[in-house]
Amino acid sequence: MRRAEPWLALAGAAALVVVAVAAPWLRFILTLALAKGIAVLGILLLLRAGQVSFGHAMYAAIGAYVVAFAAPSMGDVLVLLPLAMLAAGVVGLVIGVFITRYREIFFSMLNLALSMVLYSLLEKFYAITKGSDGIRVAPLRIAGMAMDGPMAAWVMFATAMVVAAMFWWVARRYLVSPMGEALAGIKTRETRLEFMGVSARGVLLVAYVLSALMAGAAGAIIAMTTRHVTPLLAYWTSSGELVFIAILGGAGGVLGPFLGAVTYELIRVYAAAAFADIWQMALGLALLGVILFAPGGVWGVIAGLLRRARVT
Amino acid sequence: MITWFDENGLLLGLALLDGLAYAALVFMVSVGLNLVFGVLRVLNVAHGSFYAIGAYAAASLGGVAGLPLWACLPVLLAAAVLVGLVLGPVIERGLLRRIYGEEPVIQLLVTFALFMVLEDAQKLIWGVQPVSNDVAVRWLGTVDVPFAGDVIPFTAYQLFLLPGVAVATLVGLAWFLRRTLTGRVIVAVTVDREAATAMGIDAKKVFLLTFTAGAVLAALGGALASPTTSLVPGIGAQTIVLSFAVIATAGLGQIEGAALTALLIGLGRSVAVYFAPELEVVVPYLIMVAVLLVRPQGLFGAAEARRV
Repeated sequence: MRRAEPWLALAGAAALVVVAVAAPWLRFILTLALAKGIAVLGILLLLRAGQVSFGHAMYAAIGAYVVAFAAPSMGDVLVLLPLAMLAAGVVGLVIGVFITRYREIFFSMLNLALSMVLYSLLEKFYAITKGSDGIRVAPLRIAGMAMDGPMAAWVMFATAMVVAAMFWWVARRYLVSPMGEALAGIKTRETRLEFMGVSARGVLLVAYVLSALMAGAAGAIIAMTTRHVTPLLAYWTSSGELVFIAILGGAGGVLGPFLGAVTYELIRVYAAAAFADIWQMALGLALLGVILFAPGGVWGVIAGLLRRARVT
Repeated sequence: MITWFDENGLLLGLALLDGLAYAALVFMVSVGLNLVFGVLRVLNVAHGSFYAIGAYAAASLGGVAGLPLWACLPVLLAAAVLVGLVLGPVIERGLLRRIYGEEPVIQLLVTFALFMVLEDAQKLIWGVQPVSNDVAVRWLGTVDVPFAGDVIPFTAYQLFLLPGVAVATLVGLAWFLRRTLTGRVIVAVTVDREAATAMGIDAKKVFLLTFTAGAVLAALGGALASPTTSLVPGIGAQTIVLSFAVIATAGLGQIEGAALTALLIGLGRSVAVYFAPELEVVVPYLIMVAVLLVRPQGLFGAAEARRV
């Protein structure tokens, strides 16, 4: 399965490009889906350790607001993206140092609490953040060239692709490294890890900072694509959405998050168009359906098909 | 000389009264969440939806034409019981029962999906315009509360009824869990599910009972809140995160602890509302983070031994 994955990834990327060319209005949605997929990849790393963060939208919001604040003075995509990742990573490190002491529900709830703190700060300090109106992101450049109209949309789509591919590769390498393999140890019995001289907190901290970096990159791409940031990016339901996508896509493989994110965004767009008032209900039912009837998620279904193809 | 207290005393008094009423509501919701978590080991994200639906149902039922004025209070209770008795068993039997053996992540997400479904169902039924029905508050009138040589007019509903119901719930629940057979059976399942089942306790029945009781408590919290505020979409989402903060701060499985923490967080929040409005939403979480930094298992939770 691991060997088939790069080919699947390549095929998936090619399919996305084809769709983006054929249906330009979907390009925007696919860009957002790729961005969310990156954040979900971070959630996946934590899920490997059995920990669910119900607050990772916080790091996406940090990435997004860094873009919004820095865009007027240095509006280059190639500067803003690393800057947003750096900011999210540093905050992730500071919070991670104490949050990795906690497990399970306390880990979930502390992340949730901190993201809600950020949410209300963004909402209440109107003078700086323009409250719930949000901030419009100033026009952007890439490598010194001004971006406008369809060109901007293509640049963002390509950026999302490249960043997604980069993190997909990083996550793949990381999960087979000793640090990544140790994550599963935290899930089963972490005391045993410590008997081997491995620091469980250290292992979790690395995953946590990586996941914060990924969410920060996702938030930056979302801000640069939608060109508007609001505190809702940090609201707890946004964090729930990320965990939702992780399960929808399937926690088994590193392609899962992207499969999940594309599926999620498409369901969302079509559900919103077909039944405007109950798109949330449609998503909820889709999630229930996946959990009850396809526990491996979209990735699990595809992996199952591939395995069957190989046997016959 | 004018001291800080002379200038702000009345405001502080009002903040304390408000905080007390608010804490009563927060307690009603979080104690239900805590009870359900203790027994089922499922953190129910949809718990806030029971609160919201209870509130809307109470407002609608209270608005039925021809009701005598005195009926406004029984209606609140009836709406809550109705909502809890319908939604609780349906959800426990139909959905949760299928996922008891799953990982916590999956259980959390099932209730999150349920939350999304209920949130839209609530918007479909009651719309997105604010709904309000404050008959009960107006019927009970206001009381002049003496405070620091002055008086603060405050609604009797918030002054007596809300804290009264909360205290009754606390005492009733503590008595039920410790003194009655059914209550002790529930505690037994909480402490050690396997041993309890081996003793012949029907864990399924206990789960159903507890979940329904939790749903009724949340709906009652919502129903009691409905006369004091106007109902808008999103109150369920707000309530659930606040209840999470309360039970994580109190420590899991604590009832009296949840009451004290609800008081702490309720008062903290309302003091913030009056003196630092921009911090209103942050205060509960700051309290929670501060507590968990010092006591990782919560204020009243017992530290768990590490398994090897």
